[in-house]
Amino acid sequence: NPYAGLVGHLRATWLSGRTRPLEYRVAQLEALGRFLDDKKQEILEATARDMGKPAFEAYFSEILLCKNELNDTLNNLCSWMKDEHVDKNLVTKLDSAFIRKDPYGVVLIIAPWNYPIHLFLVPLIGAIAAGNCVVIKPSEISKNTERLVAETLSCYLDNDCFAVVTAGVPETTRLLENKFDYIFFTGTSRSPSVGRIVMTAAAKHLTPVTLELGGKNPCYVSDACDVQNVARRVAWGRFYNAGQTCIAPDYLLCSLEMQEKLMPALREAITEFFGSNPRESPDFGRIVGDKQFRRVRALLCSGRVAIGGQTDEKERYIAPTVLADVLPSDPAMQEEIFGPILPIVVVANMEEAIDFINARPRPLAVYAFSCDSKVVNQVLERTSSGGFCGNDTLMHVTLSSLPFGGIGTSGLGMYHSKFTFDTFSHRRGCLHRNMGLEALNSLRYPPYSQQKLGLMTATFEVKRRGMCTLC
Amino acid sequence: MEKMQQVVERARAAFNSGRCRSLEFRMQQLKALERMVKEKEKDILAAIKADLHKCGHNAYSHEILGVLGELALAMEKLPSWAAPQPVKKNLLTMRDEAYIYPEPLGVVLIIGAWNYPFVLVMQPLVGAIAAGNAVVVKPSEISENTAQLMADLLPQYLDRDLYPVVTGGVPETTVLLTQRFDHILYTGSSAVGKIVMAAAAKHLTPVTLELGGKSPCYIDKDCDLAIACRRITWGKYMNCGQTCIAPDYILCDPSIQSKVVENIKATLQEFYGEDVKSSPDYERIINKRHFKRIVGLLQGQKIAHGGETDEASCFIAPTILTDVSPESKVMEEEIFGPILPILTVKSVDEAIDFINRREKPLALYVFSNNKQLIKRVISQTSSGGVTGNDVIMHFFLSTLPFGGVGNSGMGAYHGKHSFETFSHRRSCLIKDLKMEGTNKLRYPPSSQKKVDWAKFFVLKRFNKGRAGLLVLALLGVVAAVVMKVSVG
Repeated sequence: NPYAGLVGHLRATWLSGRTRPLEYRVAQLEALGRFLDDKKQEILEATARDMGKPAFEAYFSEILLCKNELNDTLNNLCSWMKDEHVDKNLVTKLDSAFIRKDPYGVVLIIAPWNYPIHLFLVPLIGAIAAGNCVVIKPSEISKNTERLVAETLSCYLDNDCFAVVTAGVPETTRLLENKFDYIFFTGTSRSPSVGRIVMTAAAKHLTPVTLELGGKNPCYVSDACDVQNVARRVAWGRFYNAGQTCIAPDYLLCSLEMQEKLMPALREAITEFFGSNPRESPDFGRIVGDKQFRRVRALLCSGRVAIGGQTDEKERYIAPTVLADVLPSDPAMQEEIFGPILPIVVVANMEEAIDFINARPRPLAVYAFSCDSKVVNQVLERTSSGGFCGNDTLMHVTLSSLPFGGIGTSGLGMYHSKFTFDTFSHRRGCLHRNMGLEALNSLRYPPYSQQKLGLMTATFEVKRRGMCTLC
Repeated sequence: MEKMQQVVERARAAFNSGRCRSLEFRMQQLKALERMVKEKEKDILAAIKADLHKCGHNAYSHEILGVLGELALAMEKLPSWAAPQPVKKNLLTMRDEAYIYPEPLGVVLIIGAWNYPFVLVMQPLVGAIAAGNAVVVKPSEISENTAQLMADLLPQYLDRDLYPVVTGGVPETTVLLTQRFDHILYTGSSAVGKIVMAAAAKHLTPVTLELGGKSPCYIDKDCDLAIACRRITWGKYMNCGQTCIAPDYILCDPSIQSKVVENIKATLQEFYGEDVKSSPDYERIINKRHFKRIVGLLQGQKIAHGGETDEASCFIAPTILTDVSPESKVMEEEIFGPILPILTVKSVDEAIDFINRREKPLALYVFSNNKQLIKRVISQTSSGGVTGNDVIMHFFLSTLPFGGVGNSGMGAYHGKHSFETFSHRRSCLIKDLKMEGTNKLRYPPSSQKKVDWAKFFVLKRFNKGRAGLLVLALLGVVAAVVMKVSVG
């Protein structure tokens, strides 16, 4: 196996215990911070070349949010690493009982192309913080960023513990044959099947996994709402990174009246954001590759094009587009769009919207807009998704005290901030007992008797305290 | 095997009806389960006795007590476990509602094991019901009496569509695993664990695998050998060694090996009397296949105590092996029987090294009067869980997560950890449709001013405390107004 040597080398360093002390982890994390500072310009340029990522967007998601995670981790690492002492029962009253956070060992992080720095760096922060050695596999589709990471990251991190591997599909398959102690995979559009491949490979070694996948994130807009604000927030979330965001609102559900009201509002928002010709705006991105461009363009023949619809194959430009009167059977409703196209599917009311959402695989995010908080809560309570944001899009993932992850085909596991640290740690239950008080233990030893059992029941049993008001 | 598909589909339809979401419903089911355990205690003990030759007292304390404890805990804590947890907000989300909302996963599958056939199905079941799921229960067919009992009893007490019991062996389980579940908790061997995870991968189903391994037990020269050996004897030979967290083998200095043997022998006498075979408190091996497997491990070994067997009754006497070689068969696989090999090591470093060269075990035990030594062993090794100066006991403290790592498993349960295992923690952010001013800083067209404001809102860290909060609120309002004026 072409990667056995590399993985073996990392494993040998892992066994030496080098990555375990707090000081080591802090030093490596600080080095990552310097990487972000030193290479800021190169990152903005590489992502611009890869998918026309606007500088503001690149700065926000690839630098700012990453620094946020880094600072949060550095500020709290010491307390996260501490043993968590737990409540004890009568039998263990005099013992020491705690949860120890152990690193897993050698972990693998596979990242996608749409936020090519962020989506490997944020998991990497947690993996290093938790004391692991890491193999990083950035996406080969965002070629420029891949090259930047492969060439420069090694100047900042300890090469015996952290390695970048550049690989396409066949090489990644071989990489996955090696035994890792944890695999963290973020995938895009075609995710569910690749997620399955990763988990099947992991099963051979009983390797635990986190899979951040995707789906079609529904966005319900009720009739009672501030149309202009809704339009702006939805347009922002949909057209960010030219729609290539796993948590972008994928399609809109609203009444016929609302569709009519939203159209001019959306038009206005798009013009506000990108001017009358978005192609000339420095703030609107491009599709990452020719294959992806053709796939997204094919989705345009759904419903009718109400706004936008222009494309340019050479530039891989697809205008911010809104499709009206889209049917569930249309192409745009068959797969995750991952492009700057917003289909509107008309539903009679909130009930129908909820049923529509629940008839489909559980998405990464569900969005609901309404001035009536009861409506927002209804949609929240009667649907299931990785996360939920009421009256806005995307924002729930910028709050790092909220775990970020999917459910069902949209993913397994979660991360961000402490959740990343916990993802890459084995929580080990430890009980450190007293050698004395052996007399108490005699209750549990044979020969057994009714008397011993009675006494043991008294000491072991968890008794109900008071009446529960629910019953 | 359409029957399997129908059972799962019925459970899913029942889950989708929404009736197991309400806390009242979940409580009602948990109470019914508690009634079942109390009312049918005799039948449960009889079934376990038939399967494992386990006496009533032993079965009660190993299997029933734990379940009653989990039930009492779940019923008491359910309202607080199921409540949305508000989270710390940043400046940008200050006026919003941000919380984690625990939700059921859907239809979960629990596959039990034969060695503690009741508790290993019931404990996860309590957590799965508490978390609001539908649960398909598949007890081990090897402990057939307990499996049949559960198939008979559960439908009498619980909602039949939501919590069906499926019986059968390998072919039936294979078919069951082709169905889509929203979580699978499997207790059993690592080999089958891989098969379960591979099947789960087809549906991207998260799994909790409670597997096994060889749990090492290091005895330091500096410790009270009489007490240590009594505790080890208890944990090793309970259930005739058929315990996933039994101390599998001992590591100790050659100078104390014979004392260890003496102490264990003395304890065995105390526990089971002169004639172990006639003690009502000593169990039997589950079946002939395992009996033959375990007897095979004795070949070529130095038997310091025990070694008697009787195939007809699947009896294997409590056995101790000394000067065992690391390459011998008894050190290759998890013993899961009443055979205790002792391997000698010259130092704790050698012991740590020995342990680390092997697969990560489910449990690790270390006996010493030296607290620092115990801390060192814990810090320099990895395992599912640890008990220092005793064995097994970390299993009984439900505030500790119980699970494996590496080859011994993934995920954990017990107490609140069961509830969390069977829940999806959904992130929720509820914003205002007003206050659009602050949002403007993120919208195109971009500008340096917007970038600077973005940095302020996202990177600034503030102290807690009411004064800080007030300043925060004020700043937020000021910023919004300023933004509206300068950019709007």
